[in-house]
Amino acid sequence: MYTQALNTKDAPDTAEPEAHAARFQERIDTEERIEANDWMPEAYRRTLIRQISQHAHSEIVGMLPEGNWITRAPSLRRKAALLAKVQDEGGHGLYLYAAAETLGVSREELVDQLLAQKARYSSIFNYPTLTWADIGAIGWLVDGAAIMNQIPLCRCSYGPYARAMIRICKEESFHQRQGYEIMVTLARGTPEQKEMAQDALNRWWAPCLMMFGPPDTESQHSDTSMAWKIKRFTNDSLRQKFIDATVPQAHHIGLAIPDPALRLDEASGHWLTGPIDWEEFRRVLAGGGPCNRERLAARRRAHETGAWVREAAMAHAAKQSAQKQAA
Amino acid sequence: MPEVKTPLWEVFIRSRNGLAHKHVGSVHAADATLALQAARDVYTRRGEGLSVWVVPSSAITASDPADKDMLFEPTASKIYRHPTFYEVPEEVGNM
Repeated sequence: MYTQALNTKDAPDTAEPEAHAARFQERIDTEERIEANDWMPEAYRRTLIRQISQHAHSEIVGMLPEGNWITRAPSLRRKAALLAKVQDEGGHGLYLYAAAETLGVSREELVDQLLAQKARYSSIFNYPTLTWADIGAIGWLVDGAAIMNQIPLCRCSYGPYARAMIRICKEESFHQRQGYEIMVTLARGTPEQKEMAQDALNRWWAPCLMMFGPPDTESQHSDTSMAWKIKRFTNDSLRQKFIDATVPQAHHIGLAIPDPALRLDEASGHWLTGPIDWEEFRRVLAGGGPCNRERLAARRRAHETGAWVREAAMAHAAKQSAQKQAA
Repeated sequence: MPEVKTPLWEVFIRSRNGLAHKHVGSVHAADATLALQAARDVYTRRGEGLSVWVVPSSAITASDPADKDMLFEPTASKIYRHPTFYEVPEEVGNM
């Protein structure tokens, strides 16, 4: 999901001393963590900046579809939980920006890249949250997929990223459970409520499978990321893990996975799905999803209308420090 | 007008009394008061700590990883600094 940035690749560097590169790979192979000031190939640095910042942007943009329902949550309990979850997403974005900054890029540059559409965020956040059940579906499915993706990232070769991921994973479990609880409640409610839950699953299922990125046959770029131990499992293997975990959870609450081709392969024990519409995935990534414009406009508006606050805080800090020096 | 960059602060948290403050990450903030508030919001949403320190990142001087062999070599060669280097008669027991 949050590793979609690893599906694009830089040209390899040739100008770097081979001895350095060999020593670097040796450290990676022996599971040594790379830290901010250590020597690293420029391509490793660039890949990480792109990957970590895309992950951070995803957390921040991910606040928008859920924020949409805070004022309309059906009870105080649900509202408090949703507020806490959205606040967590903001926190996750900040841990990740800080991790990216250790690689020598500034926060301001990262934010500018998002607003100028030079950096991407996960395709999933370009879908709308039409009903309350979508909040359940996001917690259960989107955060569930995120967990599959993020747990291996806790062992990523780059120390600051791995440490940020450990904090994030600790918090994601609450997100997924609160989402599934919403789905359970709706699925066991009135026929209308159950229908609403089913409708949300129908709309979110396929986009969630796409979160893991293109199939391994098309994603020729994972190789370097795997060799560098940024990524440890292929897109397809993580996707399969997610499907196997999620299908029984849907069945348990009487919801149907919206895929007529879905079947349990007795031999392997895996749930096999029908084809995924990769055309849609590419379209949404390229900016043609239902909410791409809206999401970016919301981020730009927040950045612009918050500018005076940042300026005022800096002016106040300068004044305070001047007064302190004069005293 | 190019925006002035908001300074970076390193955050340290004491998780329990009796333990040392431990580095947990960093935040951007215009001054120390705001940095402390941001650190509380970002790093202590689930009772992670009893005390927070924020330190301007620019105030930290770090050793160069390239110097690590030179700086930390004695730990490997001066094994007589460790208690296990010395032999004590078995009858004496633990010492």
